[in-house]
Amino acid sequence: MERNVTHIALFAALIAVLGLVPQITLLSGVPITAQSLGVMLCGTVLGSKRGALAVVLFLFLVALGLPLLSGGRGGLGVFAGPSVGFLIGFPVAAFVAGFVVERTTLSVGFAASCGAVLGGIAVLYAFGIPGMALVLGKTMPEAANLAAAYLPGDVIKTVLAGVITQSLAQVRPSALLSRS
Amino acid sequence: MLTLTVPFETALHRIPAGVKLAALAAATLILVPQSGLPVLIAAAVMTAAIYLSQGPRFAFYGLKMLRPLWPFLLILTGWHAWTGDIPRGAGIGLKMLTAVALANLVTMTTRLDDMIALVERLAAPLAKLGLPPRILAVAIALVIRFTPVLMDKTGQLVQAWRARSHRRANWRLVLPATLMALDDADHVAEALRARGGL
Repeated sequence: MERNVTHIALFAALIAVLGLVPQITLLSGVPITAQSLGVMLCGTVLGSKRGALAVVLFLFLVALGLPLLSGGRGGLGVFAGPSVGFLIGFPVAAFVAGFVVERTTLSVGFAASCGAVLGGIAVLYAFGIPGMALVLGKTMPEAANLAAAYLPGDVIKTVLAGVITQSLAQVRPSALLSRS
Repeated sequence: MLTLTVPFETALHRIPAGVKLAALAAATLILVPQSGLPVLIAAAVMTAAIYLSQGPRFAFYGLKMLRPLWPFLLILTGWHAWTGDIPRGAGIGLKMLTAVALANLVTMTTRLDDMIALVERLAAPLAKLGLPPRILAVAIALVIRFTPVLMDKTGQLVQAWRARSHRRANWRLVLPATLMALDDADHVAEALRARGGL
């Protein structure tokens, strides 16, 4: 019980840190934050349920008014803005990413990348695009075109989620709760 | 840690958090289905009036909170200039700004303690579903305490990187940051259990 609560809380903090530490650039010269990488890692490392709960806790604190989203954004306002769909999709993305790692017998790194693609891209965009369409007053295909701007960065993050989960499994196999 | 509450007291701070949230929900439900430009302009003017009624300093903070929306306003401007439907674009942009500004208003004038107190009251019925409010409170407190801790530790990793490399710190720091989160989680779990558990 205690371990579950502390893992969920510390990973919620990790999502915040990955979005806020400005010095970590994923690709030189391109401003993409590691925040959604944190969401994917919650799933691939903690597993589906704990991962999703960590993301829910993170969003909950954002809603309470803490500036934990990348760029120091936060408060109830972000849930009225164009990114609302992506935020709502975050916990589901973590759940799906964790589910793939838990329920498949693929190698850890490959399973984590597949999970990240399925959760962090397919599922996340299925939530994010309708949100953008609604707030920006566009049709679904138009919103999908706008959201495509995030796609290259997210593809890089899915690869990194696999690499990082794989390395974690090597250096600390017991820490990978999704496979234990 | 910093919160987004304004660092000075306004009249709006004295309204109970529950009332503000209920008012926000009602206002948002009324605002979202609107599409007529005059109605949306009126809503935006009313929201701006609430901000200005709390003083220019408060209104300036409010404007700063809206800054992350500028890329989307830029997209809307470009898009509707190209389709030639400027009034529609203006309506959509105003609605977005008003909805976000109204929500920010609650965040800016409600202290974190009040929000957490409200959450604990609202979460009390969840005890029957197996989530005692105490666990939620501990989880919230842990995130608030450990975000700056992890932030410091990650900052040290960045500095250690800088001391050794002329290139900028990159994604390779995410693995040690994750390991630190996992270690801290184990230590805190042991500490909680040693003190009687949750």
